[in-house]
Amino acid sequence: MIQSTKPFVSRGGTELRLEGVTKLYAGTAAVDRLDLTVAQGEFVTLLGASGSGKTTTLMMLAGFTQADSGRISIGGRDVTALPPGKRNLGVVFQNYSLFPHLTVAQNLAFPLEMRKLGRAEIKDAVLRALEIVHLPDKAERYPRELSGGQQQRVALARAIIFHPQALLMDEPLGALDKNLREHMQIEIKRLHASLGATIVFVTHDQEEALTMSNRVAVMDNGKIAQIASPRAIYEEPLNRFVASFIGQSNFLPGKVLGGRGDGFVVQLTTGDKLNCRGPHQPAPGDEVLAVVRPEHIAVYREAQIDGHRKTISGKVVDTLYLGHTIKLEVCLADGTRLMTQSTSAALDGVVPPPGSAVQLDLGSRSIWCIPAVEEAK
Amino acid sequence: MILSRKAVGPWLLLTPALLFLCIFFVYPLCNMLARSAFDPAPTLRHYTRLINEPAYLRVLLTTFEISLSVTLSALVIGYPLAYFLSQLKLRTANFLMVLVIVPYFTSVLVRTYAWMVLLGTEGILNQVLLGLGLVTRPLAIMFSRTSVVIGMTYILLPYMVLALYSVMRGIDTHLLHAAESLGAGRIRAFWRVFVPLSMPGVAAGGLLVAILSIGFFITPALMGNQQDSMISMLIEAQVETYFDWGFASALASILLACTLLLFLAYDRMVGLNRLFEAKQ
Repeated sequence: MIQSTKPFVSRGGTELRLEGVTKLYAGTAAVDRLDLTVAQGEFVTLLGASGSGKTTTLMMLAGFTQADSGRISIGGRDVTALPPGKRNLGVVFQNYSLFPHLTVAQNLAFPLEMRKLGRAEIKDAVLRALEIVHLPDKAERYPRELSGGQQQRVALARAIIFHPQALLMDEPLGALDKNLREHMQIEIKRLHASLGATIVFVTHDQEEALTMSNRVAVMDNGKIAQIASPRAIYEEPLNRFVASFIGQSNFLPGKVLGGRGDGFVVQLTTGDKLNCRGPHQPAPGDEVLAVVRPEHIAVYREAQIDGHRKTISGKVVDTLYLGHTIKLEVCLADGTRLMTQSTSAALDGVVPPPGSAVQLDLGSRSIWCIPAVEEAK
Repeated sequence: MILSRKAVGPWLLLTPALLFLCIFFVYPLCNMLARSAFDPAPTLRHYTRLINEPAYLRVLLTTFEISLSVTLSALVIGYPLAYFLSQLKLRTANFLMVLVIVPYFTSVLVRTYAWMVLLGTEGILNQVLLGLGLVTRPLAIMFSRTSVVIGMTYILLPYMVLALYSVMRGIDTHLLHAAESLGAGRIRAFWRVFVPLSMPGVAAGGLLVAILSIGFFITPALMGNQQDSMISMLIEAQVETYFDWGFASALASILLACTLLLFLAYDRMVGLNRLFEAKQ
């Protein structure tokens, strides 16, 4: 229970902004002219593979790494040249980084002592912080006497106890096992909701990114490939990289025939026509790729006639039986291969044998299309 | 009971070493302990003489004082050096570490003579100071406690640096980042986080240097003087000059006891196994 009236982390947090920030390592850009604005109270996740620049970006925000060019501001104040201790940001590190020679209470008191708070005040704040992370009885323990999850919570408490303007988290759950990780995800989300803190979270785990964030920034080669809500990242990827990095995607090549309503019609190379939508309204004749998720494809053994919707025919190449799901690799008339994923129930538990003909239904809604040729940034 | 060949084999390999130790170490050691209390007949005379004679207690005190000075000097010089090395890339640090250790393979005698040449009245240091006009008369550094401490510190420094370095290498740099993010400046992060975490290294290096320095002989004998005699020099004098084996043995037994006491402290605070481990 949180009994305090005084909020941890300045309520609503503070806006963070990176403008044209570049960091070079041995001549190559780890972060390349990056622009990012995190609004007050927003939870933004930097998602990417290792080497994508996500951690470097966070370290530049925290002040441990100096940007080679560009500008970083916190709450409108330029902090580009400010040392980490003066930025007033709570940082949670991947390996917790609790001080092993100090007790939990002393760890929590550290940032307050640095701010020259009084003894009584520090004691109060430590007790309150321990209650927030549900560890009121662990004050006198040393970090090594705590479990990984408990250490993580202490690290979290230490990062918020001094009312930072925002929280930065570098793969904070990476070292925890799956159950604990899911539990901590919920706790961090709850903390975000109750504190209204601005949070920048770094992870390589896409599920984690999608469940926790207001917005996800998918990073690739030191750049943001797309920044949008989790739903938009998954349902409306801007480019091929995002579409294949988040979940699995089939790419069906086709040509735009013309506009229709707020979307357009695409003729696939198989000859089939689809109602589509995309990030931009393309011109007739433009080459596009229809992005189709394996789990959005319904598989039938015979052609279905359902109003004016038509199925696409193909031949099973390979099958993968996973119990609750069945995955098929299907070859279309033009040679394009795609993956489908159906529940076992949808196929009545029967796996179509390789070589058998199947009919694929891409669903009634319009299909998301991205330009086949991406303009270079 | 019949011991199989397999069980006996490894012990056979130890025989030469055990034989060597028994003849040249265990036997003389027992002999020494016996002489301190049975020379010529059972007596505590040698020990009471040590306690009743202020001059001898002074030697013991001097020995501890010099050991402490050497330990502290080695710490003051070694700590920044070890810190510097611990912050370098591993390859660079390993290379520089070789430079720290190489002198350690040179004879103590040679290195002591080298310092005598440097510090003597006609030595390089005095020549330079005179040449620069910083002093008008050569400084009398040689044959003083100062020269003994300088010489011993130089010889024992590698032990201190190695002990400190291996602990400092293991300190996670993220902890210093964490301290900085929590509002500490670089200097405060160093004092509040790095220094406390390096304390096991300070204890290890300090005790090791102290243990080695209380029994030191060559350097204090060559670079020191009679007033600042250390216990090892007193033992030598009792044997060489006065042929008093009983008293020499009593002194040696006291030295042995002090050394063991320090080892005990080392074991309690650091763990003896650390002494024999390759670093980390």
